[in-house]
Amino acid sequence: MAKRSAPEINAGSMADIAFLLLIFFLVTTTIEKDKGLIRQLPPPLDENQPPPPIIKEKNLFVVLVNNNNDLLVENEPMELKDLREAAIEFLDNGGTPNGQEGYCSFCQGKRSPSSSDNPEKAIISMSSSRKTSYLTYAAVQNELGAAYNFLRDRESQRLFGWKFTEKKAEIDAGRYKDDIKTEDKLKEQLKEVRALIPFKLSEAESKKN
Amino acid sequence: MSKFKKKKGGELPPVNTASLPDIVFMLLFFFMVATVLRKNDLKVLNQLPPADQVEKLDKTKTVYVYIGKPGEGYKGKSTESIIQIGEKIVSVEEVKSAVLEERELKIRDELKDYVTVALKIDENAEYGLVYDVKQELREANLPKIIYITTPSSAVE
Repeated sequence: MAKRSAPEINAGSMADIAFLLLIFFLVTTTIEKDKGLIRQLPPPLDENQPPPPIIKEKNLFVVLVNNNNDLLVENEPMELKDLREAAIEFLDNGGTPNGQEGYCSFCQGKRSPSSSDNPEKAIISMSSSRKTSYLTYAAVQNELGAAYNFLRDRESQRLFGWKFTEKKAEIDAGRYKDDIKTEDKLKEQLKEVRALIPFKLSEAESKKN
Repeated sequence: MSKFKKKKGGELPPVNTASLPDIVFMLLFFFMVATVLRKNDLKVLNQLPPADQVEKLDKTKTVYVYIGKPGEGYKGKSTESIIQIGEKIVSVEEVKSAVLEERELKIRDELKDYVTVALKIDENAEYGLVYDVKQELREANLPKIIYITTPSSAVE
């Protein structure tokens, strides 16, 4: 038999095919990265539960949103862009005088006696109408959350030298997964910061109109 | 007999591959045109609001609730916002049972107590409906919620 060499297959187009596949998967793959504002709902209504304790007017920061998506903050109309500042000022006020119980040693606010006593007592109350657009609602929630995040970042920076939100994101992403000791310690520290500035955002029953 | 004489070398001529790139590009264009990127067969419009103070969501223990106006091809009688859970469109009263049903289907047993409800709500939806859904979730004892948003500043 005569020796016959098998014909070589031309591989020049392999690259094209590979690129085709690459591009196809690049186009079709949507990397779902859902992010958002985490909130906790209050427990179900219970007929027998005791009435809530009376909260002093000065410890309450009332945010109302009406049908036209306008903001009324502490009985003053306000633009959305000023809300964050106002909320920080309220939370950071530290109105209790030095030496009395509940004095806020780390607050940097105006210490006005007519605003909140300390961040622990301060409550933000948000109430929106049924016709309020969700866009506005989410924006207000975002700004109020931003006020808390700002203060928590500031305090954790002061106490531990890192930012609360950044560290929390790192833990959530599993950066300390292999080092449970460090993770537990960091979680403990996060808890401390949370205790200093608890997230107290209450949502009042929305009005019918 | 030169008629049957073998050709010298005897090799097959190489296959002409000059048209391969054309075929490849044709396929590429075909798929680009034909592929419809639809996620979860959404029946409602879903333009999420912007926010920047966001945290990541753990998808393994999440039930999704979509709220928005009926989308293209699902336009019914009303143009009011509707609620979609899983594949179904539900009314406010059915939210509780639908969410619990969805939890049974999608979430592993050991994670059932840590379920987060992800609310994907169109930015044009009215807050009243969102409020009603939240009340239902409260009743269903699913207190952890997350408003899914798009990453950008909320203050325009």
